[in-house]
Amino acid sequence: MSPGEAAVLPRTAAPGGRPRTALGVLALFRSELSITFRRLRTIALLAILAALPVLIGVVIKVEVGDSGGGGPAFMAQVTENGLFLVFTSFVVTLPVFLPMAVGVVAGDSVAGEAGSGTLRYLLVAPAGRTRLLAAKFTAALSFCAAATLTVALSALATGAALFPVGRVTLLSGDSISFWAALLRTGLIAVLVAASLAGLVAIGLFVSTLTGSGIAAMATTVGLVITVQILDGIPQLHSIGPWLFPHYWLSFADLLRQPAYLHDVLRNLGLQGLYAAVFGTAAWARFTSRDITS
Amino acid sequence: MTDSTAGRAAADGPAPAVIRTRGLTKRFRGGQLAVDGLDLTVPRGSVFGFLGPNGSGKTTTIRMLMGLIAPTSGTATVLEAPMPQSVTAVLPRVGALIEGPALYGFLSGRDNLVRYDSADPAADPRTRDRRVAEALERVGLAAAAGKKARAYSLGMKQRLGLAAALLQPRELLVLDEPTNGLDPQGMREIRALVREVAADGTTVFLSSHLLDEIEQVCTHAAVMSRGRLVVQGTVAELAAGARGRLVVQTPDRELAARVLADHGVTDLRTTGDRLDGEPPSGAADDPDGHLPKLCAALVGAGVRVRSFGTERGTLEDAFVALTGEGFDVAG
Repeated sequence: MSPGEAAVLPRTAAPGGRPRTALGVLALFRSELSITFRRLRTIALLAILAALPVLIGVVIKVEVGDSGGGGPAFMAQVTENGLFLVFTSFVVTLPVFLPMAVGVVAGDSVAGEAGSGTLRYLLVAPAGRTRLLAAKFTAALSFCAAATLTVALSALATGAALFPVGRVTLLSGDSISFWAALLRTGLIAVLVAASLAGLVAIGLFVSTLTGSGIAAMATTVGLVITVQILDGIPQLHSIGPWLFPHYWLSFADLLRQPAYLHDVLRNLGLQGLYAAVFGTAAWARFTSRDITS
Repeated sequence: MTDSTAGRAAADGPAPAVIRTRGLTKRFRGGQLAVDGLDLTVPRGSVFGFLGPNGSGKTTTIRMLMGLIAPTSGTATVLEAPMPQSVTAVLPRVGALIEGPALYGFLSGRDNLVRYDSADPAADPRTRDRRVAEALERVGLAAAAGKKARAYSLGMKQRLGLAAALLQPRELLVLDEPTNGLDPQGMREIRALVREVAADGTTVFLSSHLLDEIEQVCTHAAVMSRGRLVVQGTVAELAAGARGRLVVQTPDRELAARVLADHGVTDLRTTGDRLDGEPPSGAADDPDGHLPKLCAALVGAGVRVRSFGTERGTLEDAFVALTGEGFDVAG
């Protein structure tokens, strides 16, 4: 963390000192994952995300008679191929539900520990501020992956149960086998999860600013909504490409033959940029902050 | 640089300091001066009482020693390394209970300890379960280890916090108000535990606003008032600063008071059947000459004396003498 720290490292070998081990250093990451996924709140969020595709699937099944069009993208294709329920579910959950869940987990990560006082005990353990932040970031990213996977698997199961599955006709009109399509679905799920990386960094940064988990969660979720509104205002189209949700729905471009990668790559680059900027800001703030809670 | 030379110099002496601060000062952003030019020296092997009313800067000092907050100016050295720069090297050798326990309510007592132990990169994961079980056993929580921490009473939470500080053999144990919120039985148990840990050679730094707690447990003490250090030394030295008082138990209060006053006892105070006062000057130098005569005079006057004796000076007397203020005044 600082030059002074490097200078005293040899002292760890002094009598009474215990050496750091790789296993010991990794233990906090394991612990962080287990804490994140054992929380009732996390399980509830995942349960809601699992229920949404079922709800969408049932609605489409019931309303199949009046094919008046409209509704979210891919809705029409779902009745022909259940696999499309995965994409429909992503389109529905990516603007609101997924970022909200991620905002709750990332926003609460540091602020929640500060609010309950456990932060000071982690730091005197000593967790190390940089290591703790890295563990929090890793756990929040894992939650993004778990949340996306939950939506995907629930949608896949619901789609397979309610609708026929088989060869998939892509948006470009090409037809590919079910297994090839499933592979693309996996890629899309990874892309959706990665789309949330920027938001994780923002949530983590907000989380280092306050000692109230609720305030940090509310701020992060509020930010997601505000930025999406800004993104939708035509007069602000010049800043649009720099807002983190701008390319979120670009995953659909992987459903073309050949895949159209321009926006997908812009999305990944933008997420990387946000993660770097806000991750650094969170680190700078957290490593220099007085812990008074 | 200055620090390493100080550390070497201290190592040559008989009892090197475990904690040393020089001009340690913390001014919060609001401008409030919480700690003001603190020069504290905690000798190795001592049970050091850190005493002061609520709001006198004790917790802020402890947070600076533990690297949680950065000093505005001055230096702090813990186990001969500068803080907060050396937290990763120093803190695995330090156990701490700061401003009450903080736990994960949704985890069991055992899993709380596993969580805190995992945060220490120098803790061996292979011995974790054993060390957690031993720490739980030591604070008497083995039976409740599987219960969710949110169902714990305050006393149990306090013990679990203490167990977290005892997960490893420590060179220094920092305990901030460890008996806060405990019943008398719980207080006794915690104090017994502190003595036991100290007997193993661990230096204990114990903050408290309870004078009798410090007197019972500590070998050394420092007194804080309004962010400044008033005095530090051994408990015996500090208490010696206060004069002993003469104490008589009797149902015949008025008569006894008259007799005592006639024999030069001043500052007489009555509480129930208890009468105490300042012994006549000279009594301290020659107790065997003065005190038996006083007692005989009381009995001779027909006072039914139930008990008669002197009480040695307490830290509380010393504190009042030093600061001129009562102890329960918030700073």
